Amino acid sequence: MSPEATVLAAVTLPFGAMLLIAAARRHPDLRESVTLLAAGGLFLLVFSLLGEVLEGGSPAAVLVETLPGLTIAFSVEPLGLLFALLASFLWIVTSLFSIGYMRAHQERHQTRFYGYFAVALGSAMGIAFAGNLFTLFIFYEALTLSTYPLVTHAGTDAAREGGRIYLGFLLGTSVGLFLLALVWTWSLTGTLDFRAGGILKGVVAPGTAGVLLVLYVFGIGKAALMPLHRWLPAAMVAPTPVSALLHAVAVVKAGVFAILKVSVYIFGIDYLAEVPVTQWLMYVAGATVLLASFVALKQDNLKLRLAYSTISQLASIVLGALLATPLGIVGGGMHIVMHAFAKITLFFCAGAILVATGKTRVSEMRGLGRRMPITMAAFFVASLSMVGVPPLGGFWSKWLLALGALDAQQLAMLAVLLASSMLNVAYLLTIPVRAFFGSADDDAGQTGLREAPVACVSALLLTATGCLVLFVAPGPVYQLVQLVVPQ
Amino acid sequence: MLAPHLPALQVAVPLVSAPVCLLLRNPRHAWAFTLMVSGAVLAIAVLLLQRVFAEGTVAYAMGAWAAPWGIEYRVDMAGALMVLIVASIGAVVMPFACKSVRHELPESCIGLFYTCYLLSLTGLLGIVVTGDAFNLFVFLEISSLSSYVLISLGATRRALTAAYQYLVMGTIGATFILIGVGLLYMMTGTLNMLDLSQRLPAVADTRTIQVAFAFITVGVSLKLALFPLHLWLPNAYAYAPSVVSAFIAATATKVGVYVLLRLFFTVFGAQFSFGAMHVGDILMVLAAAAMLVASLVAVFQDNVKRMLAYSSVAQIGYIILGVSLASAAGVSAGMLHLFNHALIKGALFLVMGCIFLRLGSVDLRDMSGLAKRMPLTMAAFVVAGLSLIGVPLTTGFVSKWSLVDAALIDGRWPLAGLILVSSLIALVYVWRVVETVYFQPVAARMRGVREAPAAMLIPTWVLIAGNLYFGIDASLPSGMARRGAETLLGLAGQ
Repeated sequence: MSPEATVLAAVTLPFGAMLLIAAARRHPDLRESVTLLAAGGLFLLVFSLLGEVLEGGSPAAVLVETLPGLTIAFSVEPLGLLFALLASFLWIVTSLFSIGYMRAHQERHQTRFYGYFAVALGSAMGIAFAGNLFTLFIFYEALTLSTYPLVTHAGTDAAREGGRIYLGFLLGTSVGLFLLALVWTWSLTGTLDFRAGGILKGVVAPGTAGVLLVLYVFGIGKAALMPLHRWLPAAMVAPTPVSALLHAVAVVKAGVFAILKVSVYIFGIDYLAEVPVTQWLMYVAGATVLLASFVALKQDNLKLRLAYSTISQLASIVLGALLATPLGIVGGGMHIVMHAFAKITLFFCAGAILVATGKTRVSEMRGLGRRMPITMAAFFVASLSMVGVPPLGGFWSKWLLALGALDAQQLAMLAVLLASSMLNVAYLLTIPVRAFFGSADDDAGQTGLREAPVACVSALLLTATGCLVLFVAPGPVYQLVQLVVPQ
Repeated sequence: MLAPHLPALQVAVPLVSAPVCLLLRNPRHAWAFTLMVSGAVLAIAVLLLQRVFAEGTVAYAMGAWAAPWGIEYRVDMAGALMVLIVASIGAVVMPFACKSVRHELPESCIGLFYTCYLLSLTGLLGIVVTGDAFNLFVFLEISSLSSYVLISLGATRRALTAAYQYLVMGTIGATFILIGVGLLYMMTGTLNMLDLSQRLPAVADTRTIQVAFAFITVGVSLKLALFPLHLWLPNAYAYAPSVVSAFIAATATKVGVYVLLRLFFTVFGAQFSFGAMHVGDILMVLAAAAMLVASLVAVFQDNVKRMLAYSSVAQIGYIILGVSLASAAGVSAGMLHLFNHALIKGALFLVMGCIFLRLGSVDLRDMSGLAKRMPLTMAAFVVAGLSLIGVPLTTGFVSKWSLVDAALIDGRWPLAGLILVSSLIALVYVWRVVETVYFQPVAARMRGVREAPAAMLIPTWVLIAGNLYFGIDASLPSGMARRGAETLLGLAGQ
C-alpha cells in the first residue's frame, strides 16, 4: 500500500470499525474482537509510516475542497506520527482493559461505548495527520462530540451535568476563540497550511499575532489551561477506560498537540519568541502547573486527583511550547509520550481498584498494597515516572523541559518544573507508599489477594513496563521529535 | 421546444395546477397530483439553472412584449439559486406531506390545502423570476395570501389567531411595498427593474425616492421578519401544520431576503442604498440584535416549534448581517446561508412533523425519553441541530465560516465575535432538547409511540444528507452564492 493510501486508511479504519461494532452488537465476544483487531490494525498501519517519516518523507493526501482554498487534507509529519503511534498503541491496551472493566463492572450500552470509542480514535487520527489547521479543527470538534456520549455513558443526572460542562467548555472555547483565530488567520494570510517556520511571520504584526496567540492557546480548550480547565474534572464521571485513554491521552494530548503544531507550524518558533504575549502566556501555563498541583493535593477522589494532575502536566507541555526554544518543543513533545504512559497506568490502577474493591477515595486505600500488590506496584512505577526520576521515561521529558527553560533563561519556569516534581511526590507517590506500608483500618479482617480481572491487570502491567522501556530506549521518540525543530 | 420558455413555465406550471387540485376531491389524488407538479417544478428549476450556468442571465419577455412595456422575467445567478432552494424544498416536502397532512387536517380541507400550497409555491417562484417591480408585488401577495390560509389550517384553534396576526402584519408590509413601488412609478414612469435602475439615479436626490426607499425597506423587512418586525413569525411557525412550517420556514423568509437584495442592489443600486441612505448601518444593528435577542428568547421556549421559530429570526439576522456588509464577501456569505439555513430549518421542522404525528405534541415537557422510541427521528434532530450550531462538516459551519470571514475582511471583529457567541447560544437551546429526549426517563404518555413512517423519515434524512454533503463539499452553493453576489453588486461585468 502506498503511504498516501495508508494515511487515508488509518483515518478511516476506526470509522469502519464503528460500523462493524454496531453490526456485531448481539455478539459481545465478536464485538470486542473487532475492537481489538481494529486497534491492532490501526497501530500497524501507523507504524508502517514510521520508516518513511524518519527518512524525511511526508506522505500527503487531499480528500475534498470544502470552500475555495480550504481543503480537508492529510499530511504526515513527525509530531503527528508520534501522536498517532501513541494513541493507536494505547488503544490496543485500553481495549484490553475495557473488556475486563466493562464486563466486571456490568456496564450497560457496551456497544455504544465501543462504537463511540472507535469514532473518538478516528477523530484523534484525523487530528494527528491533519494537513492544515482547518482539517485539524474539524477533527478536533469531532473528537469533542464523539466523546460526549462516552462522558455521559452512565445516563445519570451527574453524568448529564458533567456532560454539560464538558460540552460547554470545549465547544465554547473552540467555537468562540479557536474558530475566530482560525478565520482570522485565514483572512490575514490566505492559507491555513502547516509550514516549517510558520505562516504568520512577515505578514502579521507582533501585536496582532499576540492576540491570535491568546485566542489559540485558550481556544484550544482541550489543553485545559487554567482558567478553562473545569471540563476535565467534570469528564471524570465517564467510565474509567474513557478517562484513561481519552482524558489522559487522546483528547487532552490532542489539545497540547494542537498547541505545539500552532507554535511550530503556524507561528514558527522564531516568531513565537518575538511575540511579546508569549511570555505572559507562559506564566499562565506556569501558574497552572502549580495551582493544579495544589488542587490535586486536596482531592480525595482518586480520579479527580489524577485529573488535576493531568491539568498540571498538560500545562507543563504548553509551557515547553511557549518557551519558544527548540529544546522546549522537544521536551514538550517527549512529555506527551512519557506522561501518556504514566497517566494511563495510573488510571488503569484507579479502574482496577474500583472493579476489585469498589473504592474510589484515596483515604480508603491505605493498606491496599497487600491485597492488590501488582496494581499498587504499577501505581508506584507510574508515580515515579510522573515525578521524573530515573530509571523511568518521565525523567527524559522533565530533563529536556528543564534544559529548555534554562536555554530560554527562564529560571522561574525551571523552578516551577522542579516544584511540580516535588508536588508529584506529595500527591501521587504517597498513595502507593501508604498502600504498602500503612495499615488498613476499615476492613482489617479481609486478607488475601484480590486483584482485578486478568485483562485489567495485564493492561496496566503493559503500560507500567512501557514507562521503564521508555527510559532505556527513548531513541525512536527522541528522533521523531527532533525532526520537528529546525536544526 | 419548451426550452426558451423555462422562466415562464417555472411560474405557470404550479399556477395552472393549483385550481386543478381543487377539483380533485380525493385527498390522495390531490396529493399525488401536487407531488407530480412539485417534481416538474424542480425539473424546470434544474434546467433553468443549467441555462443560467451556461449562458449567464436569462431574460424572457412575457407574451413577447419587449422589456420596458411588457413584463420581463429575468433570472440571474442569484435568482437561480433561490429558484433551486424553493423548488427543491417543495419537492422534498411533498412526499412527507401525504401522511402528515392526513393526520393533521380534516379530510374536507385537504384539497384546499394542496391548492394553497401550489399557489404559495407559484408566488415564491414568481417573486424570484420576475424582473418587474409591480409583478413582484402581485406574486408577493399570491404567496402571502395563500400562506395565511395554509397557516390557519393548523391543528389547534390558535392557528387562527396566528394566521390573523400574520395577515395584519403581512398586509401592512404589502401596503408599504405597494406605496413604495407606486412612488417609484410616479417618479420614473417605469416598473421594469432594469429600467428603474437606469432612471433612478437622475431623481435619486428627491425626497419622494427616499420615502419610497423607506417604505419598501420597512415593508420587505416585515415580510422577511427582520427583528423587531418579526412578531408574526413565532406563532405562525408554531401553530401552522408541520409541512407548512417546514416549507415556509425554508422558503418564504428567504425569498423575502431575496426581494431585499434585488431592490437594494439591482433597483436602487448599492451606491444609493448603502451610500446615500446608510441602510447598511441600520440593518447591521438590527441583525446583530436579532442574532442575540432572538437566540436568547429561543432558549426559554418550551414549545420546540416556537423555539425553532425564534431561532429562525436569529438566523435571518445572520443573513441580513452578511447583506449589511454590502461587500461581495458579505452578500455571498448571506446568500450561502440562505441556502444552508433552508436545509437546516427544513430538516428540523420535518423532524417536528414526525414527532407531532406520533406524539401529538411538540412541547419539550412531553418529549422526555423520546429518543428511545424514535431513535432515527431524534438522530436527525441532533445532526440538524449540530448544523444549526455550526459544527464542522455541516452546512452551518460553512455559513458561519463565510460570515466570520466576511466580517473580518471588513475589520469588524466585534461582529465576528457576535456571530460566534450567537452560535453558542444555539448550542444551549439545541442541547436542552437533546438532554430531554436522551437523558430523561421515558414518559408515561410514550406508550405506543413508535418510529415515524418511512415516507416521512426519508424526506427528513434527504435534507440531513444535504446538510452533510454541502457541509463537506460546499463548492456548488458557495460558487453560486459568489457569482450571485457578484451579479447583484455589478462586479461580474454583465
